[in-house]
Amino acid sequence: MSKRNEHTPNQTCLKQRGTMLSSIKLPIVIRAEINLVLVVLTALGVFSRLYGIHFPKAVVFDEVYYGQFVSLYMKRVFFIDESGPPLGHMILAFGAYIGGFDGNFIWNRIGAEYSSNVPVWSLRLIPALAGSLSVPLCYILVVELGYSHLTALGATLLFLMENSLIVQSRFMLLESVLIFFLLLAVVSYLRFHNSQSSSPWRLVWLLLTGVTCACAVGVKYMGLFTYLLLLGLAAVHMWQLIGDRALSNSVILVQVLTRFLALVVLPLLLYLGFFYVHLTLLYRSGPHDQMMSSAFQASLEGGLARITQGQPLEMAYGSQVTLRSVSSKPIPCWLHSHKANYPIRYENGRGSSHQQQVTCYPFKDVNNWWIIKDPGRQDLVVSSPPRPVRHGDVVQLLHGMTSRFLNTHDVAAPMSPHAQEVSGYIDFNVSMPAQNLWKVDIANRETEQEVWKTILSEVRLVHVKTSAVLKLSGSALPEWGFRQLEVVGDKIYKGYQPTGVWNVEEHRYGRSQEQKERELELHSPTHIDINRNLTFMAKFLELQWRMLTVKQETSEHKYSSSPLDWITMDTNIAYWLHHTGNAQIHLMGNLVTWSLGNLALMGYLLLFLSYLLRRRRKIEDIPEDTWRQLLLAGVVCAGGWAVNYLPFFMMEKTLFLYHYLPALTFQILLIPVVLEHVHTHVLRCTSHRRALHGAVLAGLSSVYLTFWKFSPLTYGHPELSAEQLDSLRWKDSWDVLFRRH
Amino acid sequence: MAKKECVTKCKGESSMLRNRRGELQIGEPKSPVSTHHESTQDSSKDNRLSEGDDQSSNGTLAQYDHNVYSPNNETQSTVYFLVVVLLSFSTRFYKIKEPPHVCWDETHFGKMGSYYINRTFFFDVHPPLGKMLIGLAGYMTGYDGTYPFLKPGDKYEHHNYWGMRGFCASLGSCLPPFAYLTVLDLSQSSTAALISAAMLVFDTGCITISQYILLDPILMFFIMGSVLCMVKFNLQISRPFSAPWWLWLVLTGVNLSGALGVKFVGLFVILLVGLNTTWDLWRLLGDLDLSLVDFGKHFLSRVFGLIILPLFFYVTIFAVHFVVLNKSGPGDGFFSSAFQSRLIGNNLHNASMPEYLAYGSTITVKNLRIAGGYLHSHWHLYPEGVGAKQQQVTAYLHKDYNNLWLVHRPNDSNGEPDLVRHGDVIRLEHKETTRNLHSHRHEAPLTKKHFQVTGYGINGTGDPNDLWQVEVCGGRKGDLIKVLRSKVRFLHRATGCVLNSSGKTLPKWGWEQVEVTCSPYLKETPNSQWSIEDHINTKLPNISLAVLKPHFIEILLESHIVMIRGNSGLKPKDNEMNSKPWHWPVNYQGLRFSGVNETEYRVYLLGNPVIWWLNLLSLGLYLVMVAAASLALHRGVQLDKRRIERCRVLREGGGLLLLGWLLHYVPFYTMGRILYYHHYFPAMLFSSMLTGITLDTLLQSADLVLDPPYSYWLFKGGKAMLFLTILYSFYLFNPLSYGMRGPLAHDPASTMAGLKWMDSWEF
Repeated sequence: MSKRNEHTPNQTCLKQRGTMLSSIKLPIVIRAEINLVLVVLTALGVFSRLYGIHFPKAVVFDEVYYGQFVSLYMKRVFFIDESGPPLGHMILAFGAYIGGFDGNFIWNRIGAEYSSNVPVWSLRLIPALAGSLSVPLCYILVVELGYSHLTALGATLLFLMENSLIVQSRFMLLESVLIFFLLLAVVSYLRFHNSQSSSPWRLVWLLLTGVTCACAVGVKYMGLFTYLLLLGLAAVHMWQLIGDRALSNSVILVQVLTRFLALVVLPLLLYLGFFYVHLTLLYRSGPHDQMMSSAFQASLEGGLARITQGQPLEMAYGSQVTLRSVSSKPIPCWLHSHKANYPIRYENGRGSSHQQQVTCYPFKDVNNWWIIKDPGRQDLVVSSPPRPVRHGDVVQLLHGMTSRFLNTHDVAAPMSPHAQEVSGYIDFNVSMPAQNLWKVDIANRETEQEVWKTILSEVRLVHVKTSAVLKLSGSALPEWGFRQLEVVGDKIYKGYQPTGVWNVEEHRYGRSQEQKERELELHSPTHIDINRNLTFMAKFLELQWRMLTVKQETSEHKYSSSPLDWITMDTNIAYWLHHTGNAQIHLMGNLVTWSLGNLALMGYLLLFLSYLLRRRRKIEDIPEDTWRQLLLAGVVCAGGWAVNYLPFFMMEKTLFLYHYLPALTFQILLIPVVLEHVHTHVLRCTSHRRALHGAVLAGLSSVYLTFWKFSPLTYGHPELSAEQLDSLRWKDSWDVLFRRH
Repeated sequence: MAKKECVTKCKGESSMLRNRRGELQIGEPKSPVSTHHESTQDSSKDNRLSEGDDQSSNGTLAQYDHNVYSPNNETQSTVYFLVVVLLSFSTRFYKIKEPPHVCWDETHFGKMGSYYINRTFFFDVHPPLGKMLIGLAGYMTGYDGTYPFLKPGDKYEHHNYWGMRGFCASLGSCLPPFAYLTVLDLSQSSTAALISAAMLVFDTGCITISQYILLDPILMFFIMGSVLCMVKFNLQISRPFSAPWWLWLVLTGVNLSGALGVKFVGLFVILLVGLNTTWDLWRLLGDLDLSLVDFGKHFLSRVFGLIILPLFFYVTIFAVHFVVLNKSGPGDGFFSSAFQSRLIGNNLHNASMPEYLAYGSTITVKNLRIAGGYLHSHWHLYPEGVGAKQQQVTAYLHKDYNNLWLVHRPNDSNGEPDLVRHGDVIRLEHKETTRNLHSHRHEAPLTKKHFQVTGYGINGTGDPNDLWQVEVCGGRKGDLIKVLRSKVRFLHRATGCVLNSSGKTLPKWGWEQVEVTCSPYLKETPNSQWSIEDHINTKLPNISLAVLKPHFIEILLESHIVMIRGNSGLKPKDNEMNSKPWHWPVNYQGLRFSGVNETEYRVYLLGNPVIWWLNLLSLGLYLVMVAAASLALHRGVQLDKRRIERCRVLREGGGLLLLGWLLHYVPFYTMGRILYYHHYFPAMLFSSMLTGITLDTLLQSADLVLDPPYSYWLFKGGKAMLFLTILYSFYLFNPLSYGMRGPLAHDPASTMAGLKWMDSWEF
């Protein structure tokens, strides 16, 4: 561990962190070595990120978004958030747990004052700590890349004085946590790669890489990009290892296997673990239940589970059921009918059958109840013993409240004229016979004789006469249909479409033959008991799938921006404005650092390309080792920037400036790396080097001055006057708010 | 692993001892990529040798090796080639006239071919070359351009449609021969080439897509042409700057411009050629025997042949397009006023109208953004939750009477024909619905930072929010507003925002027209500048106006932006079943070309499932094989020359084809536009060629598990089995292309009964 000290140029950094067992012989001595510079930097990091984080005592920007999930965690209520995997929310919720938050706060408005039961300090503590600890990680990362401690110091100072990173760390937001994990993952991989193959720490670093990668992906999907970059790097290193013919096949096999387990299998298991904890914590039903399948909902306490508890499992003739469409697009809904007929003529002049409307209705309602009837018999009660309905059976469906049969015929549907109209049959005596026989086709059957089951069976209802399939068309009916969703018979139904599949959600055996009694029965809640459990994997797959496919609203936000605005920081986000004064907090970077970062990136590309082409012509400007070092720094820093930035160009979701912060972190690290390279290998003349020293000092001081100038907008304190605010508006496109008194 | 390698090695050595030709090859110093010239010599030698062997046929093992490993026999490959050409043309031209009605997208591309014959201007999201060639083919074969191509299923009657179909079919027939030649050059194995060609010849999908008036056969012709020329060019490596070297270079360039000229999908093959060329140059740069001057020559000649020349051809295509289409037609509204003035019959061609905007005039207002629409309103309200529930105001690309607006003074509705001046406050009344152009502090539907623009009031009476101040860009107070020429901005009096068209497409409730907003950002951008296009005022004299004739480069740029906008505007509809990219390689679902019901003549575009699934399998197999080969080479396992050569073919030839497949397939995952099954066909060509190389290498590697005589039998037997399977599957599935009648496949009485292997197929 301590070998790094030998080439320490800085006299102040005395010794290393970490411990070393000097020998096995007694007495056991632990020699601690501490890098004072690192300690000082960490302290500065903690100070800059943690200082006064309980201010402002109001909801700041996306806290309003994450806060609701934290509250739900505290209340153990199930939710779906499509923005990312659960680890990030859980970490924030852990802060709330330490602070003893009871979850009672209404997160509805940015700028709303926190009530006294909200532990603001501990809610913001964990992101702030993550942000602080990223500071020393930057230092270690640059050192691990093989650059000098002075360079590392420079990188860390730039990182320290980056206003945007400070702002993002000081509130209950996830980016700082993500950046922390990303840096830790890279550092531990580099440690692993640089350490001696015999060192026992090597395996620890490898495992830590896997763990932190999983955490990064678990906090935000975005972590995946850096994870893939590291995997790519690991693959290249492994390929080099395989090419080493001095090693035996078995040694290589062991190496390959270890890396595969640590970098692929371990993160996968951990990712599953996050969901396991998530689902274990959240066992109560809540506002997002309806997005999930009936079976999933039944596994939650309260909600559907309360309703469906004790329902009979097997469908029988005479069963009273509600049929839910398996597709939750556009919204989850139940097959419905009501006492209103299709208009004789539609607006566009087409005619209808004028029979009773059948729709899909997104709310629980007594009109959602249907009775399964045997076409061959008259009775509407379940016989004893019940006769189960199986796959392939032909049934009639009777609407409970109006006693109309579910019917479809060769009349064009109101909104989707290519499909058949579905109606509750009324005999107008106009030679339009009833066509109300439906074949039960269980889509997820295991045997051909399978019984139709509550919740579990996904059923297609195939019309016997026309072989049309009962299906949700996706369009909504106009005013005459009360804007409910259209249900049609689809003649050209093919494959598996969730819109054409239904499941029974509520179910009970019908007991009364009389219409009046039956209506009473329909109004009463269901009862009886059976237990249904989904396995964890089934729940995980369903939840993950829903999270990835939930339709995100791509509407524009007042502060949303496009990726092109980010590099030059043409945009900012107003996070908070004092409700009376001009004190305000903005997500706004240090413009000097951002420009330096862009310059460094261009400089790096220029250097890289010229070396690459000249080396191809066997002109060696720099020694092989330096070239490798430059290459590795490029992969980590420039590559880290690219993978965290470029994919946003292909995304269609609403984007904000804070999405750029991980990319920015890597870009900042590149600045001193390029400078050191230029200093040692490009500039030959001492006077040029002196000029560079001067430029570096000037750059650092202007970074510091900019940081200081914008710090009122970073910390929200002190309050500035309108003129001062106006003088901070360096770009026309920045939105700086001020109140005119 | 280790054990297997050892076996290989030992066997390799023993077979070398037995094999004279093996020694011969070792003896010959050869560059890693054998040149065409050399290989011909080589093969003639092999020929002689193997003939000799045949004569002295005494059952020695060497003979098997010869037949297996010297398949690059010239007469044999010529015969194979001719067979491929013959089969290819006959399968594509068989029943070319059937069905005698419009099938699927013929309704578009046939129509566009007719537009060329009639010289009518139209708009399409694809570049013009494909449609131009269709038009030309129709013209040459006597089609007069009068058939309307209204909708699929319309009978052609007496119209001459077979010329256009035949043209497409003949280009489509070139694909298998091209594949044959490409694979032959990549692998030096006629077996591999024959497998690839057979996969394409007997693929029902390739046949169907080649038989109709579509862009795809033309596109694929150019794609395959580029690849073939590129491969041929690569073979000229040892003879730079010779005549054939230049020929193949230039031909590659020409084909590239052709591919891009038909559809933007051509970009992918350009990328493939670009990567190949970069790799080539990288190799040359590393060759220290080559001076930098020579390298410069190499570099510049490629820049000329692969960038400048194609660009020139591509631009020429557009020049021809604009020269041929000089009459006004359905595409006018998509283009700027200046562009429209070029078209005979357009109201802006030799336009004549009052020169300065006046009160009481009826006008259309066009946004100055490229492909910006006309200010438009209609009898529909913004839906609940989208700002105020007032009448929609949008931008619309087509010419329509709903684009007409009346210019009024703030108060009276029928003023004198006084001229409007810079700085005047006006009211714009929508002619059809008599609502005023109105804005207020509500969020715009899509661009939330802007304000909503609506139609408000009845019969011209509204409120102060209906007032707009007219400004001419760069003008001063009192300046007149010139029709067509002046760039005008409309500033909202009450909120100070400026009328703006964001270019975003509204959802269904807005009829997928373009959003119009009022922007609080006053920077002058084309989005917030408008021009007065039509100007009708009976009280003023009409004056002949010369509209600025646009420069050719401007037209070119404009038409490209319009095309790209059009392409990204093709969004999938919510409740339609969309084809997804993962469907394609598994042959999940085809496309109905003609007919739905039992009584109709049905043609269904679906790949021969046996061939497609074989392709899918081979992709996996290829990855495994190439990984094994690379590992063996990287670990320094001793392999004999032949096996090394096979590894090279697998890695270089196969790698090129895999790259082609990836480039033509993966980008579709990132596309937001609506996708169709037939988008996979270019990728399928690469996949089939890769299959040829993979399966050939696999069969040739039979000696890894079996001793020579048996391995040879396995090779032959496997080859025969493969061809028989392909043929039999073609026998089974050919009605998909050549037409089916009678009951659908789920009916036991159908001719296709039992062949509906996947529920998602619709035949």
